[in-house]
Amino acid sequence: MTVYYTKEHEWLRVEGDVAVVGITAHAAEELGELVFVEAKDEGTEVAQGDSAAVVESVKAASDIYAPVSGTVVGFNTALSDDPSLVNRDPEAEGWILKLRIADAGQLAALLDADGYAALIG
Amino acid sequence: MSDSLLRTPLYDLHLSLGGRMVPFAGYEMPVQYRAGVMAEHQHTRTAAGLFDVSHMGQAHLHARSGRVEDAALALERLVPADILSLKTGRQRYTQLTDGKGGILDDLMVSRLGDTLILVVNAACKDADLAHIAATLGEDCIVEPLPDRALIALQGPQAGAVLARLAPASADMRFMDVAAFEVAGVPCVASRSGYTGEDGFELGMAADGAVRVAEALLAEPEVAPAGLGARDSLRLEAGLCLYGSDIDRETTPVEGALEWSIQKSRRASGARAGGFPGADIILGQIEGGVSRRRVGIAVEGRAPVRGGARLFADEAGTQPVGHVTSGAFGPTFGGPAAMGYVETAFAATGTPLFAELRGRYLPATVAALPFVAPGFKR
Repeated sequence: MTVYYTKEHEWLRVEGDVAVVGITAHAAEELGELVFVEAKDEGTEVAQGDSAAVVESVKAASDIYAPVSGTVVGFNTALSDDPSLVNRDPEAEGWILKLRIADAGQLAALLDADGYAALIG
Repeated sequence: MSDSLLRTPLYDLHLSLGGRMVPFAGYEMPVQYRAGVMAEHQHTRTAAGLFDVSHMGQAHLHARSGRVEDAALALERLVPADILSLKTGRQRYTQLTDGKGGILDDLMVSRLGDTLILVVNAACKDADLAHIAATLGEDCIVEPLPDRALIALQGPQAGAVLARLAPASADMRFMDVAAFEVAGVPCVASRSGYTGEDGFELGMAADGAVRVAEALLAEPEVAPAGLGARDSLRLEAGLCLYGSDIDRETTPVEGALEWSIQKSRRASGARAGGFPGADIILGQIEGGVSRRRVGIAVEGRAPVRGGARLFADEAGTQPVGHVTSGAFGPTFGGPAAMGYVETAFAATGTPLFAELRGRYLPATVAALPFVAPGFKR
């Protein structure tokens, strides 16, 4: 199972042709407690870098960008009632959405765990 | 952080408590501590939160005649509230207005003995004090108090906590003002605040601030709370944030603040008018306004923020106003907002639609406050 990271502080876990996407522990810490999370409707096609979801902390809304191009095929509905699950377990139970990957070639340009660790210092 | 940002006397204490410091109104202030905004909000609603509000502007206003009544009458030339009738040991909320009836700032005015004490917003304090000095300088002396700290203790347990440290505080009621020592530090206390809860704001010399804060924090009911909680608490309490909910483009009547204009200053009152924009403001009290500040409860969980447009219809074709501040209300349990709507849409219960990311969310005009106040009347 391969996990990739982006400079926008998202993680992406590849499961076959689907990417499970969330925000990193660092991002969750920086945002503070989330009060609302929503993703684009299933079936929405998003290009790499497009907003695919929104997370709202107490103070502000932040876009979650599609780390790769694809089609939204799932949302973590547990977050509808309990958005702070993202804060408690950002890189596992607090996943946000699933994308069917359109172009697996885009994965190669993403960061690996060491690259992301270096980015956030 | 930038060298140009100011620090309050509690800066080091904030760091030791895990405060996350952000720039705010020219100061480095804690937006939250380790517990986080939600927990700090809930703790203030159920026990007691301690807030550093030393960035706010404090000043004394003295009449050159030495008579506090003269200072009160002079201040009435700048604000629509009745200051003359303010008894010693009492506090009142009012606004500095301009010639168009707009609001330059909102402030608290207290009288303690022969002194009027002003507390104004941090971002406006220099302009406010310059404005007051320029306008009233012939009759009054404005004495800024930059070396005073201000600590707010807010929540249903605030009264019990302060009574333990300062028994004299127990007799105070909402909007009372008194002077007493806390932890050996002379303080001027008002039983008021910005959360909708019972509580106090304690002013003291900067060099005593840490001692007072530490003494309060040592009490089991008290936890520190930052600017984030302060904002969600005041929003649920229906209290205006200057610069967002009221400003120079809004009048006190549009802002639904006419409760703060006493009869004596209204048309046919003993001292009717006589403040900047009085014709417009008093005319609006009599004749109504075209838009009003209201509370807005939004369905679902998505917070609707300042700037969001409000519509009468689900298709978003008939704009009727906009949100000026909004957030998820932790105690309210849903998105809470306030904003301005055309008067025809201002009645409590009026259905509206709030624009969010291209959709129109069902919302309702809600009575303010969102959360029942806990004042000690």
